[in-house]
Amino acid sequence: MTRLVRNFPGLTTYAVLYLVFLYVPVLLLPLFSLNDGTIVAFPIKGFTLKWYAELVGQEALLQSLVNSLIVGGVTALLATSLGMFAARAYVRNRFTGREFSEALVMLPLVVPGIIVASSFLVLFLSIGLKPSLTAVILGHTFLTVPFAVAIMKSAFDEFDPALEEAAYDLGETVFGTFRRVTVPIVAPGIVASFLVTFTVSFDEFILAFFLGGDQPTLPVYIWSQIRFPAKLPNTLALGSCLLAFSVVLLVTAEFFRRRSAKSGS
Amino acid sequence: MIRLRSEASRGMALSAPATLYVGLLVAAPLGILVVYSFWSQTYVSIDRSFTWENYSSALTDPLVRHLLVRSVWIAALVTAATVVLAYPIAYFIAFRTRYKTLWLLLITIPFWTSYLLRVFSWKLILGFNGLMNSALMALGLIDEPLEFLLYNEFAVVLTLAHAWAPFAIMPIYVSLQKIDPSLLEAASDLGCSKIESFLRVTLPLTVPGIIASCLIIFIPTVGDYVTPALVGGSDGKMIANLIQVQFGAANNWPLGATLSLLAMVSVGLVAGGFVVVSNLMARRIR
Repeated sequence: MTRLVRNFPGLTTYAVLYLVFLYVPVLLLPLFSLNDGTIVAFPIKGFTLKWYAELVGQEALLQSLVNSLIVGGVTALLATSLGMFAARAYVRNRFTGREFSEALVMLPLVVPGIIVASSFLVLFLSIGLKPSLTAVILGHTFLTVPFAVAIMKSAFDEFDPALEEAAYDLGETVFGTFRRVTVPIVAPGIVASFLVTFTVSFDEFILAFFLGGDQPTLPVYIWSQIRFPAKLPNTLALGSCLLAFSVVLLVTAEFFRRRSAKSGS
Repeated sequence: MIRLRSEASRGMALSAPATLYVGLLVAAPLGILVVYSFWSQTYVSIDRSFTWENYSSALTDPLVRHLLVRSVWIAALVTAATVVLAYPIAYFIAFRTRYKTLWLLLITIPFWTSYLLRVFSWKLILGFNGLMNSALMALGLIDEPLEFLLYNEFAVVLTLAHAWAPFAIMPIYVSLQKIDPSLLEAASDLGCSKIESFLRVTLPLTVPGIIASCLIIFIPTVGDYVTPALVGGSDGKMIANLIQVQFGAANNWPLGATLSLLAMVSVGLVAGGFVVVSNLMARRIR
């Protein structure tokens, strides 16, 4: 290590500075959410938890949280189901159109958000679906399918097909094999996919903003609060809760993803 | 043979739901945007007779042209800044550290936190009474708050370079990892200096990774709404902000649809042109 540092001190310094650049905006919110002052500036005045305490019992906030949990949960369920079956086909089966299909399901990752949001709004309204949580769920499922497919593909990659063949040979039906062999083995991958797609949906703003109508999700609620300087400390506290929640979910997801990689090999 | 056919049909059946879902939600909204772009808005109702009006008014409106050009320009700046800042990190992780997994994890964690909140955080850092100014004043480096930090192109580029960091690092890292070390040894055996072997071996071999990073960043950035809205001010507004106005306050959906399509066409043309040019350039370096 010391030899490397001597060889290339500039690059290591740069890497550390880059990490600081990445983490300052993320750590800033929790830091100032504990500050006993209403503006985000140095010097820090003192420690307080009152901004968090004030969040409790706010009707609109609670409702948006419930909305987000519903949207995230249903989205994660739909995206993970779609992703699981598709990933299995991509890993196991050779069929015409496989490459096209694989490329297509990754497309939502690169389409500009505003275009997805505006075109979905127009589409949904013209088929009679009003802006609502249902519309947000359909949009978020579209957005999160690539994440589910990618995670489930790595879960199936590690999974020995001989296990399924053995189950067939021993007389299990297709459904029985799926339920008693496939699902238990890729279960950690399923959990990881569920958590990741849930988090992506939970944090997503632009689609929820366009498609939610009068049912705001948590990010849309935060957006409405950002405009009021007086609400700033509460917004910081709420944002910090959201950050903590996302990180906990993703660390858990990472844990399950690794377990799925390990159990397979 | 029978087994093969059943394998193929099973593959198609299993991937069909995801393919159809994504395919439908790509094709149907696109189709309906195209249809809408040829209609027009008359106060509260939509006039469904065919017209080129939206396209001609959008393309002749200096504001639309200005915003389209600026969106593409800002997205190009963001892409360049993100990739240039990220390349050394990818290089560092690939060749200069033993703790690859830890570094990759450290770099991806911030990306998993809410994008909206990270942008909001930059607004707080760069603001007139914000973190940066108060810190610089407390240190005695400046007497008055700097005004050029927030509400301009610079703020947008900085914020997005932060937001997209892992998208730039990952593809470049993967392409660096793939480089056969014996090629670098050969280059040094044949008398290349470190810089020469970087420019003539490493860099050309990572062009696919660089192109992937650029596309992953450039395409969504052109249509970014949150960052220009929060930190862009009036100088940093982009096409997405105008599109949102058409679907919101201005209530002119046909024009909004037209603008969305124009934005998409611009993205497609620039991205396609970029891929062609950078491939040609990579061939020339080699």
